[in-house]
Formats: sequence, C-alpha cells, structure tokens
Amino acid sequence: MKTIWKSGDIPVENTEKKTYRKVCRLKQKTMEIIKARKLKYDYLKYDDNGQASESYTAVEEIDLDIQPGQFISILGHNGSGKSTLAKHMNALLIPTEGTIWVDGMDTAMEPELWKIRQKAGMVFQNPDNQIIGTVVEEDVGFGPENLGIPTEGIWSRVNKSLEAVGMTPFRHRSPNKLSGGQKQRVAIAGVMAMHPKCIIMDEPTAMLDPNGRKEVLEAVHELNKKEGITVILITHYMEEVIDSDRVFVMDQGHIVMQGTPREIFSRVEELKAYRLDVPQVTLLAYELKKAGIPLPDGILTTKELVDALCH
Amino acid sequence: MIRDITIGQYYPADSSLHRLDPRVKFIGTFLFLISLFVADSFWGYLLATCFLGGIILLSKVPVKFMVKGLKPLFIILLITVLFNLFLIPGKEIWSLGFLTITVEGVQQAVKIGIRLIYLVMGSSVMTLTTTPNQLTDGLERILRPLNKIKVPVHEISMMMSIALRFIPILMEETDKIMKAQIARGADFESGNLIQKAKNMIPLLVPLFISAFRRADDLAMAMEARCYHGGDHRTQMKPLIYERKDYVAYGIVLIYLAADILIRIFL
Repeated sequence: MKTIWKSGDIPVENTEKKTYRKVCRLKQKTMEIIKARKLKYDYLKYDDNGQASESYTAVEEIDLDIQPGQFISILGHNGSGKSTLAKHMNALLIPTEGTIWVDGMDTAMEPELWKIRQKAGMVFQNPDNQIIGTVVEEDVGFGPENLGIPTEGIWSRVNKSLEAVGMTPFRHRSPNKLSGGQKQRVAIAGVMAMHPKCIIMDEPTAMLDPNGRKEVLEAVHELNKKEGITVILITHYMEEVIDSDRVFVMDQGHIVMQGTPREIFSRVEELKAYRLDVPQVTLLAYELKKAGIPLPDGILTTKELVDALCH
Repeated sequence: MIRDITIGQYYPADSSLHRLDPRVKFIGTFLFLISLFVADSFWGYLLATCFLGGIILLSKVPVKFMVKGLKPLFIILLITVLFNLFLIPGKEIWSLGFLTITVEGVQQAVKIGIRLIYLVMGSSVMTLTTTPNQLTDGLERILRPLNKIKVPVHEISMMMSIALRFIPILMEETDKIMKAQIARGADFESGNLIQKAKNMIPLLVPLFISAFRRADDLAMAMEARCYHGGDHRTQMKPLIYERKDYVAYGIVLIYLAADILIRIFL
C-alpha cells in the first residue's frame, strides 16, 4: 500500500468519483483510520471588503498514518498547529492543500461529511461549550438524534455509552451541576453514542483539575482497550502521553518528532528545544545519566527509575 | 442576587406533573393565564388559588423556589400596584395632595397584584417541572403547522433551548467578571442611573466577548456531532400523548369552564 500512495501521489483536487471509489477500496485493504498526505492549511484574514488579505499557514507538510485501535498522542506547544490538525480529522476544516482520509473517506468530499463526523467524534477543550442538552442523558442522545437513529436505538446507545464512561448515576442531572471531569466524560459519552471508530480529543484536560484530568484519561484509556476505539489525544501535558502507542510532536505547523513515548522521551534536549516539559522522572533520569550513572534511555515512570537504579 | 431567577431552571423531581407531556403543560399554562384574566370576583380568585395550590403540591417543587422566582419581579409588581392604587378614579377613601386612593383603586391593585404573582408562579411551575429541552420540543410540536408558512420552527426551538441552557452559565460568568472587575477597582454600586449604566460597560464587554466565543465553540461542537438542522432528525424522547395527558387536559378544561361559569353567574 505504501508503495502506491507515496506522498504526492494523489492529486490535490481529486474530485472524480471514479478515482475516489478506487481510493476507498484501496483504503479498506490498508485499514488506516486516519491518513494524511502533504496536508497544509492556511488561515485567511479577511479585510472589510470580504477579500482575503493575509494568510497564515497553521499546518504544513503533514503526513500521518494512524492504524485502528491505536492510542495516539499529539504533543505541541501553544500555536504549534495541533488543534488545526485535529479539526481536519473531523472535517471541521478542509485542507488548503493535500488530502486527509478518515476511514477511507476524503474529507474534502461534501457528500461524505456527516459520515466522516460520525466515524470520527471530537471532544473539545471547554466542557461547558460542547454540552448541548440540559440533562445529561439528553445531551448524550443529541448525536444519535442528528444521525436519525430510531428512538429505541437512541436509548440503547445512550445507556451503553453512559455506562462505558461510568456516568450512569448522573444521567438525570443537569450538566451545570457536574464537575469538569464529569462534564468531559459526558462529552465523551456523547461522542461514543454516535458509534465512532475514533475519538479525537482536543486538549480535553486543559481546563480540569488534576483529579478531573485523571478521571478523563482513565475513561479514555478504558474505551481504547475495551471497545477498541482509536484515540487521538491532543495535549501539552507530557504525563498524559506516556501510555500511548505512538506520539507525534508538532512545532510551528510541522510534525517534528514521532515514535513511541520511550523513543520520544529519550530525546530530552530536542523536546526542550520545542518548549515542551519532559516529565520529572524522565528529566531526573536524564540528568543522572549525564552525570555518569548508567541508566537506559527514556525512563517514563518512577518505578522504572527505581528499578533501574537498584540494579 | 442574579442567581435567584428560577424561570428557565428545571427542578428535578419525580412527580406526576414532571411526567406530563410538555404540550399539555404548555397549553395548560396558557389556559391558566387566560383564566386569571377571566376571574374577576372573589370566588374566581379563590378557584385560581386552589388550582394553583393543588398544582404546586402535585409538582413536589418546594414553594420557596416559586417565591424566589418572584423576587426579581418585585419592582415591576410594586410599580403596577402603586399605579393602580393611585390612578384609578372612583370613591375616595384617602387623599394627600395629588395622591388619592379609591375603593376601586384598592380593588384593582389587589387584583392586578394577585394576577401578576399567579402569572409568574403559574409559568414557573411549568418551567420548573419541564426540562427546557422538553419545553422547546413541546413548543416545536405545537408550532409545527407554522412550518407550512416557512417559519423555521425547529431552528427557533433549538435556539431557545440553547439560550436556556446557557442562562445559568452566563450568569455565573457575569458574577465572576463582576468580582474580577470589583477587584480591579470597578464600582457597580454608586452613582445615579446613568453613571451606573456607564459603569456596566466593563462588565458587559467581556461578557459579550465570552458569549460570542462560547457560541462559536458550541456551533463547532454541534457540527462535530453531525447537527445539520431539523431534517432527518429523530427524537430520543418523542412526544406521544398518553392517558394521563388526556386526563390533565380534562382537568384544566373543567377548571377553565368553572372559572367562566363563575364569571358569568356570580
């Protein structure tokens, strides 16, 4: 597959149905849930006459291959383009150049828009601004309602997804009375009720306290393991990416590093250059190693460090 | 102080009133409001009082919630009552300079006062026992025929339910901004009316900016969850009349009929 779709192989404005179907068929064989080639996005600034006067490139030259069932983290400092990239995975933004496929569907294809959004659910940063319903269960039902699922189907989906995030006891509550972590779990349930193949989370923990953060991450990891949902977690907290299968680091609109958390965290100096904080334990291990103590690269947890030191 | 408004705030409880079809509650409230203007005699008001009292008991919502909802209306209530008290001509019972109180004035003031209070309480019962979403669902169904003359009924009801959902959030935000501005030396208390209004600018500007930001975020979140208008949309809680709903309609109609009979014969 990779030999066929080397970057640049696909014409940018590929609107012919026939070619498109071919892409779809080929996609199903390869199974990538999200795939991007040469993705570029410009934000346009409009002047008073509605003419685009300035443009600002938010992401550029993005190539992504995300396999189903993976837990992916995208790390980056403020303004690194990670949120812009996230919005492409849900067709909220359409690439200026290049192409992104979600479950084999090109996001630039208008007719597929709702299918793409159903397959790739999105959880946003501010828990208050993404809950539409005034009662928890009604909010979870909002997505399925939009998909046109019959009433009984909606109820079973709502029950299942509330159960999956552990929010069933709160189903009749008003979202305003919940904590930040609980609100985010409701938002996740709302996405789950649409039966997505992957969930994109755009800094879901940025506005939460440490307890809420833990709560949300646990819920997401469980969904990833039990339901096999692909998770794409966008964050700037290094601690949150430790358990992921693969990490992408973004800086100034480019993907600058990728690999397993261990690989990434062994490159402490590089991370610092991208203004990212390395977890304390990793940093300590790194400094110890620099001071001459023999330690392996990329230590991620306190336990690992203790074990390594005691050997 | 701004948190005290109960209109638009659902009080979760499990009562027969909570379980009624929102359309019944909506039409019932409307009929109750009409009945308040039909009632003109002591007996009429007694009937309305009994009916409202019964409904409040049935709703299992603490009475203090309803009374709280009245607080913001106090000024309007006072003005209306005073106007009626002093400005209605008739048999004089007390006068001081240009102020005169008449028998008719007192009667009218009491009537208007009770009417206004019942009006607010009656609609509070509806909003307290119905989730805003149910309410807008109900309204959407009642107004659906207007779709034929190109009134965007679904869009309006969606806007209403979102507005209702964000009322408490924006109120909290107002509180927060107020405190933040007070901490920076803003003064919302002193000065005359015009100055007070001017002093609100540092409160309103950030509030509006934040409201727009929220609206933008929410629109994106709704789109991300496949919201694309009312077409092809199914409902999680579709409205279907049950037996209890017909019974409720019956009770309200009997009440209204009794009210009209009292007006005619007593």
